[in-house]
Amino acid sequence: MFYREAGQFKSTYAADMAVFPIRQDRIGIAVILLIAFVAIPMLGNDFFISSVMIPFLVFSLAAIGLNILTGYTGLISLGTAAFMGVGAYSCYKLTTYFPGVNVIVLVLVSGLFSAAIGVLFGLPSLRIKGFYLAVATLAAQFFLQWAFVRVPWLFNYNASGAIEVPQRLFFGLPITGASASPETRYFVCLGLVVVLTWFASNLVHGKIGRSWMAVRDMDIAAELMGIKLLNAKLLAFAVSSFYAGVAGAMMIFFWYGTAEAADVFNIRLSFNILFMVIIGGLGSLIGSFFGAAFIASLPTIMKFGLPALGVPLTGAAAEHVTFMLVGGLIIFFLIVEPHGLARLWQIAKQKLRTWPFPY
Amino acid sequence: MSDVAAQPAPSLLANGWIKTGLIVAGVIAAALIGAQLDSSGTIHKIFVDPFQQMVQAPDLLAQTIWEGLVSGVLYALIALGFVLIFKASGVFNFAQGIMVVFAALTLVGLHEKGVPAFLAVFLTLGVMFVLAVTIERVVLRPLVNQPDIILFMATFGITYFLIGFGESVFGGNPKQMITSELYLPKGAIDAKILGGIVSFQKIDIAAAIIASLMIAALAVFFQYTRIGRALRAVADSHKAALSVGISLNQIWVIVWFTAGIVALITGIMWGARSDVSFALEIVALKALPVLILGGFTSIPGAIVGGLIIGIGEKLGEFYWGPLIGGGIESWLAYFIALGFLLFRPQGLFGDKIIERI
Repeated sequence: MFYREAGQFKSTYAADMAVFPIRQDRIGIAVILLIAFVAIPMLGNDFFISSVMIPFLVFSLAAIGLNILTGYTGLISLGTAAFMGVGAYSCYKLTTYFPGVNVIVLVLVSGLFSAAIGVLFGLPSLRIKGFYLAVATLAAQFFLQWAFVRVPWLFNYNASGAIEVPQRLFFGLPITGASASPETRYFVCLGLVVVLTWFASNLVHGKIGRSWMAVRDMDIAAELMGIKLLNAKLLAFAVSSFYAGVAGAMMIFFWYGTAEAADVFNIRLSFNILFMVIIGGLGSLIGSFFGAAFIASLPTIMKFGLPALGVPLTGAAAEHVTFMLVGGLIIFFLIVEPHGLARLWQIAKQKLRTWPFPY
Repeated sequence: MSDVAAQPAPSLLANGWIKTGLIVAGVIAAALIGAQLDSSGTIHKIFVDPFQQMVQAPDLLAQTIWEGLVSGVLYALIALGFVLIFKASGVFNFAQGIMVVFAALTLVGLHEKGVPAFLAVFLTLGVMFVLAVTIERVVLRPLVNQPDIILFMATFGITYFLIGFGESVFGGNPKQMITSELYLPKGAIDAKILGGIVSFQKIDIAAAIIASLMIAALAVFFQYTRIGRALRAVADSHKAALSVGISLNQIWVIVWFTAGIVALITGIMWGARSDVSFALEIVALKALPVLILGGFTSIPGAIVGGLIIGIGEKLGEFYWGPLIGGGIESWLAYFIALGFLLFRPQGLFGDKIIERI
């Protein structure tokens, strides 16, 4: 009744190819953006913004990055956390060398370093694919994690081996460091995520995205159609690592503030991001957001929601139950909907389209 | 298919092994020439010095190789569990590492509750069987015919579940493996070899013997029993096996149970060397490069790959590790495996995947 495209005619190819061809979708995205930019900062308290929303945004961006590689190009990677680490460390080094440059610019530039490393570790994808490649990307994970601990230059020879984010200003307002307010950091993250999502959306809907999907669906056929596998695969690795790197830099600069790589960018983070992509939906940008919301907020909900409901769970026991529940839910969702939450979203939209007269 | 006669005669370089050999020989020659040019520089340290050390102290070399061999056996055992399941059900079972921990924890936990050691072993086997049946019922059967990556993710779910379950039942702190109750030997044998003393832990020798016995038993089981034949049939083709009346569900339970037995033995061996704790899970990831090296579908590959990775890793750590700060064990295995991959993408013994358009 409300969600119907009847009467919305498309008179140009450009209109037909639009990312949101239905007017209600455009209204929906505007409402979401309005909520994100206005309602949440006004209504949410500091705890909600800094421990729910900022992690959600960071993980969404990382999940989009991995989705470009795994969902769109069909190359499984288990090294996402390491590429996030590259972003974080290069941003730290950059801001040490260029303290005057705006840190938001540096966050984006550090994504380029991550992209370069990603291309390097993406080279095996030209010979192997599937699980062999997944295991090969573990080489990146372990090697880079080792480098973060063993190369003291990366953390400025700090005795603690951790990176501590200095205070940086943005038009006179502190956006990183201890004195930055959660709202400011949230706005910076949100802005970056919105812009990069828009960019990713255009990328995957365009020629490049189509060539990635062709490679995913059948690489030999794609090659016969004139797509250069070398370029397509390495570009996917580069873009994916770029997103992961930006997400990693955001994670340290706008969320953690200080970090030891061995603790943060470990293999469990890589797996978590892969979960987000698969639970959310392979090959779907909105699925990345769903997956990030699901995986990133589940532990927080379990931690603070269950005691509120009267289930007395504390400390270690709660952690164990969280593990069991996450495991169970992963299996449950895979059985119920192997195509992820994004598919459920599509089904809901389809149902809404014919509602209330389905026949 | 094109006419054979029409094809050009295969060049000598087309053979992967010859090409590999030539490249390796070239690298060694270049390194030696380089080492002659500067006798104390980096090249000397990388390419000459470690070998000089090896020749000068052969006892140390023997000790290092033995240690590599032992950890290689353990990697091979974990990889074996992976291979068994991958062959029979096409599932890349990420949970194998956690199954090792879970089996060992169950054994130790049962013994702590006062169950005699050998009864505890049988009870643990029972638990592993229940686990296999549950996994087949709850996870594999509903997900049959889904893409590989979905099944792979499902084993992640199993991993998480088992971690939470094991920790809430048995507690998270490290436990001591019941070695003496299981009549596993302790202590070390010091042997005089090559002008020095090389010490062999008795438990390592036992581990090597038990692992060989188990692999032999598995080989006999696969080769000469009815179920073994069915397992091989399923590994060859699911559809063909189904069409001759082999029950896939039954086979999957058997295979997961077999992997559970392998996990228990691995858990005992590994637990005897260090504590039984969930830290083993990360170590179990070391079995993955073994798989790349050996191929996902080959049991001999898992064994040979495990030994190569184990020895290569220990040698690399001992002789080359100090050059770049040590601790290279965590990633060296992956680089060894990647080096092999460049020349043989399907692993040492893996099936060559032929792709048609």
